Amino acid sequence: MSELFAMGNYGVFVWSSFGLTLIVLLVCIAQGNWHHAAVLRDIKTRIRAMELDK
Amino acid sequence: MWKFLHKLASPPHFYDLSAKMIPWFAIIGGIFIMYGTIAGLFFAPPDYQQGDAFRIIYVHVPAAYLSMMAYMIMAISAGIGLIWRIKLSHAVAAAAAPLGAWFTFLALATGMIWGRPMWGTWWEWGDPRMMSELIMLFLYFGYMALRAAIDDTVKADKASAVLAIVGAVNIPIIHFSVEWWNSLHQGSTLLRDGGPAMPAEMLYPLLAMIFGFTLIFGALLLGRVRTEVLFRERRSRWVRNLVCAQEGRNE
Amino acid sequence: MNERESEPPGLSQGLSSIVRRDILLAWKRPGDVLNPLFFFAMVSTLFPLATGPSAAQLAFSGPGVVWVAALLAMLLSLNSLFLSDFEDGSLDQLILSPQPLPLLSLGKAIAHWLVNGLPLVLVSPLIGVSFQMSGQTITVMLLTLFFGTISLSLLGSIGAALTVGLHRGTALLSLLILPLAMPVLIFGARTVSLAANDTAVSAGIYFLAAYCMLALTLAPFATAAALRISNE
Repeated sequence: MSELFAMGNYGVFVWSSFGLTLIVLLVCIAQGNWHHAAVLRDIKTRIRAMELDK
Repeated sequence: MWKFLHKLASPPHFYDLSAKMIPWFAIIGGIFIMYGTIAGLFFAPPDYQQGDAFRIIYVHVPAAYLSMMAYMIMAISAGIGLIWRIKLSHAVAAAAAPLGAWFTFLALATGMIWGRPMWGTWWEWGDPRMMSELIMLFLYFGYMALRAAIDDTVKADKASAVLAIVGAVNIPIIHFSVEWWNSLHQGSTLLRDGGPAMPAEMLYPLLAMIFGFTLIFGALLLGRVRTEVLFRERRSRWVRNLVCAQEGRNE
Repeated sequence: MNERESEPPGLSQGLSSIVRRDILLAWKRPGDVLNPLFFFAMVSTLFPLATGPSAAQLAFSGPGVVWVAALLAMLLSLNSLFLSDFEDGSLDQLILSPQPLPLLSLGKAIAHWLVNGLPLVLVSPLIGVSFQMSGQTITVMLLTLFFGTISLSLLGSIGAALTVGLHRGTALLSLLILPLAMPVLIFGARTVSLAANDTAVSAGIYFLAAYCMLALTLAPFATAAALRISNE
């Protein structure tokens, strides 16, 4: 089993590149969601402010 | 056909439709990536020259392909936005840039990790593809910096569209010049060319990875375009109704 | 347009008048012209100071140093290409004028090259000599710098038009233009170093000439579009 993960002594390189890919994909998803939430929050504050003005 | 396209380009309709599409893209893309990863890591035979290190291409090639794809999407939709004044098209261009930059970064990083055991160096100045990718990353940075420097969204859209098109005209020239530059270096023989064609057990996982990554990229892009649309339409009635309806559901 | 009004001046007249105007403006403020030249000379002096005075090293790094210094000097002068026109409102006049805007953009780029690029090309043999270049190498360097600086003026005019009126425009301009200028740098510097090694140089010079022609035909249209957008 450990042989399978050693990747013929290239394990560090193979696993780190797959891990990095996973991290970049997760960061992309998180960044997108965070940005979306921020825009929504902004719009909500704007609507509240408008309602208070009335 | 035109009616359909026109309807698609209307922001509220796009906002609804994309919300339904994203899960499908993500699920199908995820399945393909899962198959590609398992088959690529454990079932594909090691390369006769590179051993197991070749498995890095299963993430490197999709990332490199998508980094170029993203620039094409960005430049073409910027052009469409500039010529036909379609707002949604500018939103697509704006959303594609940061994703393209991330995938370019990923392609460079995995390329460096591959280069370390294969060439014995993290960074090979003589490799034209890595140089092209690096310059591409700079082009993305320039595009995003220009966009960030202009406060008015409409003006930012148009100005960055001109830059994206100028960049798209230059990319083939950049690639050609970097190859010419490299052709003068002697002794940088790469293992990439030559050798027999890829056997099927190696190739299918790669194709699956490329397809899966493209779908995931599509889901990410749609998500970001939705954010852009929401931001651009923040003063419109439909966004207000949408947000109010959401509030009502939450309370 | 009212028929009684005089005919608008012809295309060539419009082009030559804007070139003449910009050169005259530069003549009135010689500091703006001389600063990039001094910058060019000074950056070229910095490299030998930093890397050591050995003749072999100078001959080896000379072409690259001259080209990087030329590229940076051109960038330095590009920032002000449309700035004064933007601030005093003459940019509005240019956009509203009956002459096609791409033609006027071409005129601005030509004037920029005559004022900033040409002196740089003329000064470069001095630096070439100090870097131990042979006569033939200097000829090749003059040719590459000639085509290269024209291309840079045109390419830079797009960037200057995009960033005119923005805060921190200079840093942004370099970020936009440097990646696009890389083919010019690669071909320019490599061709000069090939000449220094007595290898065939025609390919690089042909490429630079072709790039220059491409920039001459396409860049004015991009600059005109960018000017219209920036001045909205």
